[in-house]
Amino acid sequence: MPPDTDVPQTAAAAAATPAAPAPEARGGRLRSLLGGWEALLVGLIVVMIVVGQSLSPEFLTADSFTTGSLDLSEVALMALALTLVIIAAEIDLSVASVLALSSAVMADLWNRGLPLELIMPICIALGALCGVFNGMLVTRLGLPSLAVTIGTLALFRGFAYVVIGDESVTDFPVTWTDRGFGNFAGTFIPNTIVLFAILAIAFAVLLHATPFGRSIYAIGANEEASYFSGLRVKRIKLLLFTLSGAVAALAGIVISLRNSTAAANVGQGFELTAITAVLLGGVSIFGGRGTIVGVILALFLLGGIQKALLLSESISSYWIQIVTGALLVGSVLGPNIARRVAESRRRRSSQHPEEGQAP
Amino acid sequence: MSTQAAPAGAPAPADSARARRLTEWVFRVRELGIIVALGLLILVTGILEPRFLDTDSLRNLALNASIFAVLAAGQTLVLVTRNVDLSVGSVLGLSAYLAGDLLSKHPGMALPLVFLLGMALGAACGLLNGVLVTWGQVPALVVTLGTLYVFRGIAFLWTDGSQVNAETLPDPFLDLGTDSLVGVPILVIIALVVLLLVGQWLRDFRAGRELYAIGSNPDGARLAGVRSERRVLSAFVLAGALAGLGGVLFTARFGTVDATAGVGYELTVIAAAVIGGVAIFGGTGSVYGAGLGALLLGTITSSLIVLKVEAFWQQAAIGALLLLAIAFDRLVGLRVDAALRRRSARRAA
Repeated sequence: MPPDTDVPQTAAAAAATPAAPAPEARGGRLRSLLGGWEALLVGLIVVMIVVGQSLSPEFLTADSFTTGSLDLSEVALMALALTLVIIAAEIDLSVASVLALSSAVMADLWNRGLPLELIMPICIALGALCGVFNGMLVTRLGLPSLAVTIGTLALFRGFAYVVIGDESVTDFPVTWTDRGFGNFAGTFIPNTIVLFAILAIAFAVLLHATPFGRSIYAIGANEEASYFSGLRVKRIKLLLFTLSGAVAALAGIVISLRNSTAAANVGQGFELTAITAVLLGGVSIFGGRGTIVGVILALFLLGGIQKALLLSESISSYWIQIVTGALLVGSVLGPNIARRVAESRRRRSSQHPEEGQAP
Repeated sequence: MSTQAAPAGAPAPADSARARRLTEWVFRVRELGIIVALGLLILVTGILEPRFLDTDSLRNLALNASIFAVLAAGQTLVLVTRNVDLSVGSVLGLSAYLAGDLLSKHPGMALPLVFLLGMALGAACGLLNGVLVTWGQVPALVVTLGTLYVFRGIAFLWTDGSQVNAETLPDPFLDLGTDSLVGVPILVIIALVVLLLVGQWLRDFRAGRELYAIGSNPDGARLAGVRSERRVLSAFVLAGALAGLGGVLFTARFGTVDATAGVGYELTVIAAAVIGGVAIFGGTGSVYGAGLGALLLGTITSSLIVLKVEAFWQQAAIGALLLLAIAFDRLVGLRVDAALRRRSARRAA
């Protein structure tokens, strides 16, 4: 994973500049928070903006930000909670299905005449319940979350179809659909992105500034050690899955209001996009590493690339998938290769060729 | 994500023969369990709706399951090494379109050549996955999630919105997807041959056994002299080639192919393998189990349709079955672990 390379890289940097004074702990932490992977993402975003603007003069406009960010808002919401889950070395593939179930239940309850103000908390509670189900299977039965959530991916999506079939509901009140689709207080920023920003701040504080957040890293880095040092590993993991389910259900409400359509087939494949954003953001798939800032930058990068290729007339928008996939693999491969090059250079300079490895 | 349903820990050497018998017994029970479930499902559906037992209906069922069985065999090879291949659906899409495109432009092309090219394309995709996993040291989940997008994107670029229609394909090729040889559909025969070859290779050949060793203990396998990287690479190449074969079979069966062929197959294929007893964290499971898993999934789908249960229950049923299967494996695994521990404790005493 990208941040893995932090250790050898900073070690190499320290070795290269022995005269430099040791950075204060706080400065070091700040640098590790913003340095390395996040800096690279910022660089990529700059490249994306330059290339995007050269592809289409409409790229750097308020309108393009509004539509581009609106398209990614549900994935962005789900990626936040997923970040915590993946840092704890688990995975939740069922998020997009929870989103669909939430949308379907919302449609069904609306058809039954319940007010939207009551429906929304019910949907979020239901999403949390889905998360509890995942979490129980993972923590109490000790099943691998990859297998469990592939199962619940099918199960929850199936429930969504059972609830509403292939119908869809489109007659939500305009006041609410306007809220879902509209912009915040006359600016060009969509309401959904304001919601995302609030949640992003909440999750960043939770992850980076609370003991709970630190324990997530500890569990991801070494579950056994965390357990023996007194962390309630199972309970924390259960809580993370619950959170992931609740946020996914919230995303289901958002997508239903934003499109003024609730149905069981919404958000198919969103789980893969959300995971892509999280991993591209520098979160290790093996847990223990990553930041919310990185994930936000990755979302911005993904959204920008999507919008640029959609606006471009010369390049087919089919390239979106290819670029996304290549970025995902490259985000891990690049640092790995850089580390290898650095290692072999160090080996050569220290003249110990016995560790020679096939390329 | 640390637990594993396999009785991986080897007990004292004296016990190894009995332990092996025990694990083999567990496997046999596992596969037998699926067969019993299959039998019950077919029986109950048949009683409720006799038309389900028509040869036509059963034939369709077998045809649908055979492509998934081929893919599940490939997926098993990768899963056993503690890796995963999420890109199978996209690889299938590429090779399906390749087969359709080649044959509609050159209808006279020799069919074995088409199969060979489809498998070669799949193997090339698998090689890319494998190189990134072994040489690049990128986790398989990340690599194949990435190539899932890349391969699908390439398929979209390549087809550019067009599709291959059944009318443009030569009849001998389409016949492969529907014809039978001595009463058994050709597609089913191909799937059985694939399962048998891959299954025996995994069971009896050194390279196959080493895949299990890598999956149950990567470091141990390396220390024991297994050339892990080469083996994992070959598992990915084989899985890719089988996905390529699946693509050619897809075109033969359905005739109409566009860039979306095989979208979402990866989860069904993994579900089939896991239901068939292949542990998602490596070291356990057989190709036969995975094939049976594919057949069971296909049968559930058909029987729900025949019983006129709302099609909407289908996905929920698959999800529930998958969860049941892994929970069952876990419970059996715990039991076997406990039994082995008790036994070795008794020996030591």
